[in-house]
Order: sequence, then structure tokens, then C-alpha cells
Amino acid sequence: MVTYIVRRLMLAVLTVWAISVLSFMIIHLPPGDYVTSYIASMSASGSAVSEGEAAALREQLGLDKPITVQYAKWMGLILQGNFGMAMEWGRPVSDVIGDRLTLTMVISVAAIIFTWGIALPIGIYSAVYPYSFLDYAFTLIGFIGLAIPGFLLALVVMYVGFAYFGANVGGLFSPDFIEAPWSMEKVWDLTKHLPIPAIVLGVAGTAQLIRIMRSNLLDELRKPYVMTARARGLSEYRVIMRYPVRVALNPFVSTIGYLLPYVVSGSIIVSLVLSLPTVGPLLLKALIAQDMFLAGTIILLLGVMTVIGTLISDLLLMWVDPRIRFGRE
Amino acid sequence: MAELTVAAPMAGVVAEDRIAVATQWQLIWWRFRRHKLAVGGTIVLVAFYLVALFADFFAYVDPTESEAQRSLIAPQAIHWIDDGSFKPFVYGLKGARDPLTFKRVYVPDTSRKIPVTFFGHGEPWQVLGFIPTDRHLIAVEGAKPSEALFLLGTDTHGRDLWSRLMYATRTSMTIGLVSVALSLVLGVVLGGISGYFGGAIDSVIQRIIEILRSIPTIPLWMGLAAALPADWSVVQVYFAITIIISLIGWTELARVVRGRFISLKQEDFVMAAELVGCSKTRIIFRHMVPSFISHIIAATTLAIPAIIISETSLSFLGLGLRPPAISWGVLLQDAQNIQALVISPWLLLPSFAVIIAVLAFNFMGDGIRDAADPYL
Repeated sequence: MVTYIVRRLMLAVLTVWAISVLSFMIIHLPPGDYVTSYIASMSASGSAVSEGEAAALREQLGLDKPITVQYAKWMGLILQGNFGMAMEWGRPVSDVIGDRLTLTMVISVAAIIFTWGIALPIGIYSAVYPYSFLDYAFTLIGFIGLAIPGFLLALVVMYVGFAYFGANVGGLFSPDFIEAPWSMEKVWDLTKHLPIPAIVLGVAGTAQLIRIMRSNLLDELRKPYVMTARARGLSEYRVIMRYPVRVALNPFVSTIGYLLPYVVSGSIIVSLVLSLPTVGPLLLKALIAQDMFLAGTIILLLGVMTVIGTLISDLLLMWVDPRIRFGRE
Repeated sequence: MAELTVAAPMAGVVAEDRIAVATQWQLIWWRFRRHKLAVGGTIVLVAFYLVALFADFFAYVDPTESEAQRSLIAPQAIHWIDDGSFKPFVYGLKGARDPLTFKRVYVPDTSRKIPVTFFGHGEPWQVLGFIPTDRHLIAVEGAKPSEALFLLGTDTHGRDLWSRLMYATRTSMTIGLVSVALSLVLGVVLGGISGYFGGAIDSVIQRIIEILRSIPTIPLWMGLAAALPADWSVVQVYFAITIIISLIGWTELARVVRGRFISLKQEDFVMAAELVGCSKTRIIFRHMVPSFISHIIAATTLAIPAIIISETSLSFLGLGLRPPAISWGVLLQDAQNIQALVISPWLLLPSFAVIIAVLAFNFMGDGIRDAADPYL
């Protein structure tokens, strides 16, 4: 059990490191650097930057050093909690990202809760009554749900809201609360706005999980121990829920690890359509403006949060599955 | 009655004989044929790829020809029956002002009928790039198609949506194939190495896959795509995007290949081949690969829809293919603005192409997977 936790922790650290290298590479991929884009933006606003100033700025930011040294410095700063300046905003990156990162996670977690809440009962129903009318109906809906990209679903939801109800269904807060400080009312307002993005984000994952749950439980229900339980006269509810569902739940739990990066990915693009105050729109703007410090930080932090989420799901899996808990994989 | 009872077992024997001598591919084909949805999906995909191959034939105007005068024309209906006989025609359009909003709208001019022909003459193009012709699926008589025919309406720049959709199908359907081919090479090589040799190299490759899969893909793709120089040509961006997408797409294929290699390594026939002294290359390519190639095909088919969705999403964000390239995602960029969408909902039509293509790939992939597994 301890070995397992240590192994997962080491893998998590390795992943975080790999993500940091990848984000750093992304910062450095576009031609030019921070100073070139700084000079460009300065000359666009009419003031010139001399050669000497540019060189001094490069030295001050360490951009004249080899790339490995730059990476080490960037890492050093980040470990101290300093993510650098967001160029376009002229404010520290941590200021700009702040709430948005939390909201990204709130939406992602809400989407996963929705996914689970829907997929679990439907999956069980479909396995217990296979080839029934409802089973076919759910399969069909699932297939369609899988085939619709998240942003399209968001577009359709927005369109229907706008065209038939005359309401803007986007956003996470009512206009009164957007600038308001956090309070119970604001949290309640957020809760009321959460279902639409959560459903839009969760649909594809739900469709997938229903299929997994259905096939797992179908395999499990055919096993002799289920027949034994039935022969001994256990109630049907107990026969199904007590053991087969628990066993079928294992692969289900392990998919959270893959579900989280998937949902976070989706939230970026869905946020743009539904104009949600997450890091998604910020990332897109930063990437287009080549504000690579901001973009790199967002990619890094999203990656780290996903890794932490995956770690939690692994520990959860350990709690559910005794085979992993006792070191027999 | 007596004849029937005799005939039935006979038929059974014949069927069994056929199965006994059938090759593995024939067996797969017979099982695949029974899967109605998969067959339907395959037919749809064949149609899509025909459109991709002969986009110029299915389109009736130049997809880049813009005309501000013709912006946002609503889709137009073809009238099939004229004077009680089959003579398809469309009404000419005349511009007018909406008396309430003062917006320019187009109303059918019922006094002017423009005959529509199939396989008629239109703008010249070349079949497969070298046989000149001017036949199009749909053409009009006595008018320029760019001024008379608007089957799916026009976009904000007055470009014909039907023709653009045909060319977009070519881009989006082939980008899936090219990316999946790249992913396949990476996946089979790395997954094969991982599964066949095992040990340290296996752990390294497995860790790389786990790391890649735990990173949210869209931000990563966005970062990579944003780094593409703005002055690259359409073709350069096209290939850069396929590479970016397949950089992550290979992991799933590698996982399937690795799993197959590991389970096959313990089979008796592999040990037998080793005992008679076959070389490693021969064992892999002559004995192991043929027994799981159908699984690889299934996994590949199921990987394509994900790639199509990725490309569409990236282009929709403006980070994938950029105009003047035409793909489903590029077309859907026009639908980003909700207000514009409410006024001209036909801009959302390209999304049906995306959904139908993805569904068809999923059905076909499912069918192949079921057919390839002899134990089902």
C-alpha cells in the first residue's frame, strides 16, 4: 500500500516536471521573445526602445542566458510563487488568473459530478435490463452525445436560449454579482448558473461512462456468484448492488484519472462559447497576443491541477479496490 | 414438408463447411455485414470520401468567390414540379429592405424561374487534377450559378455555403486520415517495442504515455498551434496541425498494440515459432501482426473521429486552419457570434456534417471491433 502511494506520488512529480518543460517549450516556440513583442507594442504606441534599452531589458529578464538557465530561473521563480508579469495586463500573472482558475476547477468538478450522477444509474439500469427499450434509447443518446463536440453543444444551447427564451444562458453570474465580492448570495448565484456548463461539458464523458459501466456490469452479472446469491434467496436489490456493482465500479473509478484532463480541456473551449469567466478565454487571448508568460503559466497550472485530481482519483481507487490496497495489482 | 426438413440440415452443413474453409478476413467480413449500423456508417463514410475526392464536382461555384451584395442569403428551396411535370427550378432572388429593421433581405422573385439541371455544365475544373471537364452535380440554365443558386445560403461575405461545405469536407476528412496515419506509425512502433521487449524500455514508454494522457490536450494544442508562424501557407499549417494532433493521438493506439503484443507473447504458436528458430522479425511480422491487425484497424477507425473533433475545435477557435483554408471548423467560426446565429441559423449547418461523420466513424469502428473479436 505504501509502495503504491509512493509510486503514484513519484509519477505525479514526474508528470508535473514534464508539464513544466512542455509549457516552457511552448513559451519559447514562437519566433522572437518577450522583448521583441515588448518593442513591437511600444513602437505601436509611438514610443521607441533603443538597442541599449532592449539589451538591458534582456539582461534584467535573463533572456540573454542559455535556455536551460532560463528554465531553471523560471522554475525558481514559480517555486517562490512568482509567475511573472502578464504583459498585456501589466499586472502580475497571479492577479490576473486568481479567481478564474478556481472557477475552472469548480466547473470541471461540477461536470464530473454530473457525469457520475447520470452515468452510474443509467449504466446499472442498462446492464440489468439489457436490450430493453430504455437501454436502446440510452445507447442512441449516448452515441449522439459522443459525436457532438462540446463547443457545438454549447453553441446550440446558447442558440436555443437566445432564439426561444430570449435569454443569455451564458456566464456564471447574474450581472449584479459579476463585480461583487464573494458572499453567500454570490455562491448561490453561481450554483444556479452551474448546471448548463456542467451538462454541456459532461455529456460526452457521460456517454462513454454509461457504455463502460454497462459492459462491466453485464460481464459481472453473468458470473456464477451472482447466481449463487440469487439461489440463496437474496433480494434482487442486494444481489445486484452488494457485489457486482461494486466490482464493476473499479474500472469506472479509474477512468476519473482520464476524465479530469478531458473535462478541463473541454472547459477551455466551452467557456469561450458560453463566455464563462474561466482561464479558457484568458488563455486564448494570451496565446494570440503571444503573452507567453501568462499562457505558459495557465498551461502549467491546469496541468498541475489535473495531476493532483488524478492522484486523488488513484487514492480513491485504492480505497475502493482492495487488490490495489494490498499491493496485488 | 418433408423437403423442408431435409433441406434445413443440409444448409447447415454447407454453412459450416464454408466457415471451416473461410479465411480470417472472410469471417470478419461476414460478422461485420451482420452489424447493420456499422454497414450504414460505412456507406455514409464512402459518400463523404467521394465528396472529398470530387469536391469540385459537388460544388457549383468557387468557394472563395465573395460578393458583399449577396451576404447572408437564406437557403433556397428547389421546386421539383413545374406545370405538372418534373422540371426542377429555383426562383430568382431580388433584394429588398425589411420595412421594420431596414436590413437587406432577399425574397424569391416568383416571376423568374431558373431551371436547375443535374450533371449540367458550369465552371471548368479537372477530375483528379488532370482531366478537364465542366460538369457539376447541380447546374442552372440561363444564369451564372453564383448569382442564382444558394442551396444552403451564403455566409457574411456572400460566399456560397453549399460549395464551401463540399471543399471543407475534403479538408476535414483528409486531415483525419493523415493525422491517424502519423499516430498509427508512432503508436505501432512505440507500442510494439514496449509490448515485445518489456522491461525498462516498457516502463519508460508507459510513463511517457501516462504523462501525455494526464495533460489537458486542448490547452497544449492551443499553445503549440499558436506558435505556428502567421505567414505560413495553408499547406504548411495543414501539416503542422496534423502533426500537433497526432503527437497526442498515438498514445491510445500504442496502448492497444502493447496490450496485444503482451497477450500474444504467451500464446503457444509464438513459442512454437521461437522453438523452430524463426527470427524475431519473422515472428513479429509473419505470426504476431496478422493476428491483431484487425484490432489495430478497429482502434484506428475509432481514433479518427476524435481527430476530426480536435481539428474542428482548434479551427473554430481560430488556432487551427485559418482562412483562406476551408474546413468544417473554419466554416463554424462564422457561427461564433450568437446574435448573428439567431438571424442566420443556417451558418450552423456545417455542424451536421461533423456530427454525421463522427457518428459514422464510431459505428463503423464499433462494427469492425466486434467483427474482429472471434470470441464475441
